[in-house]
Amino acid sequence: MNVKYMYSFLAVIVLFLIAYVGTEAVGLQWLFGVLIPYAALLVFVIGFGRRVMSWARSAVPFRIPTTCGQQKTLPWIRPNSIDNPTTTGAVAVRMFLEIVTFRSLFRNTRMKAKADGRITYQLELFLWLGALAFHYAFATVLVRHLRFFMEPVPVPIKLIETLDAFFQFGLPVVYLSGVVLAAAVLYLALRRVFIPTVRYISLANDFFPLFLIFGIAFTGILMRYFAKVDIVGIKALTMGLVTFSFPESEVLKGISGLFYGHLFFVSVLLAYFPFSKLMHLGGIFLSPTRNLTTDTRARRHVNPWNYPVKVHTYEEYEDDFREKMVEAGLPVVKSLEAAAAEKE
Amino acid sequence: MNDKGKIVAGLVIFLVMVTFPFWYNLGKAAPAPEIVLSAQAKAAGACVLPKAEIKTEHMQLLDVWRDTVVREGQRVYVNAEGKKFDMSLSNTCLDCHSNRKEFCDRCHTYASVDPYCYDCHIEDPKENDQ
Repeated sequence: MNVKYMYSFLAVIVLFLIAYVGTEAVGLQWLFGVLIPYAALLVFVIGFGRRVMSWARSAVPFRIPTTCGQQKTLPWIRPNSIDNPTTTGAVAVRMFLEIVTFRSLFRNTRMKAKADGRITYQLELFLWLGALAFHYAFATVLVRHLRFFMEPVPVPIKLIETLDAFFQFGLPVVYLSGVVLAAAVLYLALRRVFIPTVRYISLANDFFPLFLIFGIAFTGILMRYFAKVDIVGIKALTMGLVTFSFPESEVLKGISGLFYGHLFFVSVLLAYFPFSKLMHLGGIFLSPTRNLTTDTRARRHVNPWNYPVKVHTYEEYEDDFREKMVEAGLPVVKSLEAAAAEKE
Repeated sequence: MNDKGKIVAGLVIFLVMVTFPFWYNLGKAAPAPEIVLSAQAKAAGACVLPKAEIKTEHMQLLDVWRDTVVREGQRVYVNAEGKKFDMSLSNTCLDCHSNRKEFCDRCHTYASVDPYCYDCHIEDPKENDQ
């Protein structure tokens, strides 16, 4: 048993029970359906803003790009303009590809010792694939959920729903993104549990968001296909949240505790977000190794807030000690005679 | 490097996106739809299943009906009270709920559900019989 994932797992289960019991047995629908979601959104917006602003304020005195290609140099050596960009446009391309296709993760390698003792480095793409599947499925699920927050539902949202239900199997029609999301999260979590090296570097705050997001996907799938809930009542509540005109409490009471568990998970995720590793959502845009031009050799970068430092140059040093240096037989740049001639 | 201006601009765009549903619905009221029961439905008094169940599970019941009729040739459904029904969307469901626009569609549109039942099942079977 590993406390890091067991505690995270238990925390998620306890969170669900809090919301489920809180609504089904205690009747706190207002708390879990309205007050907590608002509080969570507020924490998310303010926390996210403060975190990014703290990054904006921190000093970046020089460029620290990491490179994966030939820098621009002599005219007959072909530079790699995307991996080692020297123009802002190329940096934009590198950032775009990084954000959209996770190229840094694509370069993931695994070191292996062969039978004869030689060491090899192989591409290890499963993490990259899992991350891609996870992020895109989550994004689709997120956009699809706008149907609960917009009335009338705009055509693009409906289009995404139709595409997501493209294979039209099951009833209600199965959304592929939900299945992919749950599977990818499960893979990313099990990877941390079963690969010893990865388990060694995994902390509770790596496991907790994975279990929490799995909880969100799981309760969502449960509500849609198995333990059915009152969808019109739910939309009345969610529309109430975004228009500040809430439905009567009978409607709130009519919604299953499963939904409040789902909503509570999402609230916890939102409130936890600004204080966790999940801030890579904002952080990726500010990665100094990715978003700076690699022209450190072509251009001299002076720290903009450098103040004038009093320096004592070698020439001045030699002026101070020239006679003693010559006496001791040390080589000097300017001979005694030249220095004397200059003085006159 | 001082990119505070760019960072603030990006942050503002992000936060507007996150709170987008609030802006989109600004000044709009979107009450939950009121469904209208037809005279036949009112007269019948009860549906095939109790109200709460039929509300959340009608699509799965219809799916089971379809499979039972098409694959097993069985057409009679007996509910918990022992009442018998013909397993048919057009002849049983839409017989009482003859007002599809005011009954079925209102919730379906509200929840952005697009059931493919009506791809084949005609809107009002009575009207088309004549």
